[in-house]
Amino acid sequence: MRLDTEIRDALFSFLLRIADDRLILGHRLSEWCGHGPILEEDIALTNISLDLLGQAEAYLKFAAEVEGKSRTEDDLAYFREVIDFKNCKLVELPKGDFAFTIARQFFFSQYCVLLCEKLQQSSLEQLAGISAKALKETTYHLRHSYQWMLRLGGGTEESRQRLQNAVDELWNYTGEMFLTDTIEQQLSAQNIIPSFVEISALWKENVARCFRESSITIPQTGFMHSGGRIGKHTEHLGHILSEMQILTRSFPKAKW
Amino acid sequence: MVMTEQTILGYLSEILDPEIPVLNIVEMGIVRSVFFENEKVVVTITPTYSGCPAMRMIEDNIVEKLKENGCGEVELKTVYTPTWTTDWLNEITKKKLQQYGISPPHTTSDNHFVEITLPKKISCPYCQSHQTSLKSDFSSTACKAMYYCNACLQPFEYFKEI
Ligand SMILES: [Zn+2]
Repeated sequence: MRLDTEIRDALFSFLLRIADDRLILGHRLSEWCGHGPILEEDIALTNISLDLLGQAEAYLKFAAEVEGKSRTEDDLAYFREVIDFKNCKLVELPKGDFAFTIARQFFFSQYCVLLCEKLQQSSLEQLAGISAKALKETTYHLRHSYQWMLRLGGGTEESRQRLQNAVDELWNYTGEMFLTDTIEQQLSAQNIIPSFVEISALWKENVARCFRESSITIPQTGFMHSGGRIGKHTEHLGHILSEMQILTRSFPKAKW
Repeated sequence: MVMTEQTILGYLSEILDPEIPVLNIVEMGIVRSVFFENEKVVVTITPTYSGCPAMRMIEDNIVEKLKENGCGEVELKTVYTPTWTTDWLNEITKKKLQQYGISPPHTTSDNHFVEITLPKKISCPYCQSHQTSLKSDFSSTACKAMYYCNACLQPFEYFKEI
């Protein structure tokens, strides 16, 4: 693959962003394994977690190729520090209660479906291929969380209130998914990725529709958290990484 | 014996999907192509699901099977385009699934599963009744959904169209 150095660097950063979102959220979701409210949900959440890890692996593998420094996807997952992770803060927040997990899955899956719909038309074949595959899987994730939004919102007063609390708490973390900066601008100018301004507008429309159907009030949009995309994270990321990376770092090259 | 692409495909058809051991990896559409580069055999494969834990095992099985049958060097390449779809399963393959107790996938249609509405009625693999209900979009593996038959009172799995 022949890319200008500048574009290559931007592409590497972008791939880390979308891979790390999935790696960290997948890890968070795996915390429900054995703790789901019902068996079906235990299975559903861990299946979704597995899809996210698989997508992260594919994007990280491609990122490693783009970087061209003979690192592997495993090196990128297990041997980077907090500051090198480029996921948005939304995905690293602790799993919270079931309503919190569902609201976050809904916000994230809706974003991924819109993003992957565009990325599957990327001018880079590899990025388009991985994203076309991720899109199919994520559509099922979106259906899962959307239906839970309806059930929790239309359920008891307690379930609706818990969902509203979750939405209120998460709302200020959603803006970072649509962050526009020089990386996004450089790549969208080359038709490698879509414009995030456009995706953001579609996301808001779809989320508003879901809120109407689930009797949830849209929170006031004010300050939006950011920093994750440049490696400035909440204190929660370090804890996830230490749990995720300890085995590989303690026993490098360990095999099953 | 002279090895041709057809012979290689024949060997690969003996490898079963570890999670659905009535289907082989060729009819599943996991094997995309086989060709020779001088003495080396190149097999291109595509994952069913990004996180499918069986893929690693399938890769090992391919190398092992071809070595057993006298292939020297074997190279595996993972490809993502075209994207794997259950539409590649033919009628014979679908029949095998049904006989194994898994309701076979419907044909995908544009936009079908982007709809938030519930999917169409799925028939029970045991009694063919359409009186079935979806319990969960996810089941023992990512590729299957969990259903319940209200006619014969059996839980069963449906191979999701994707
Ligand atoms: Zn039945």
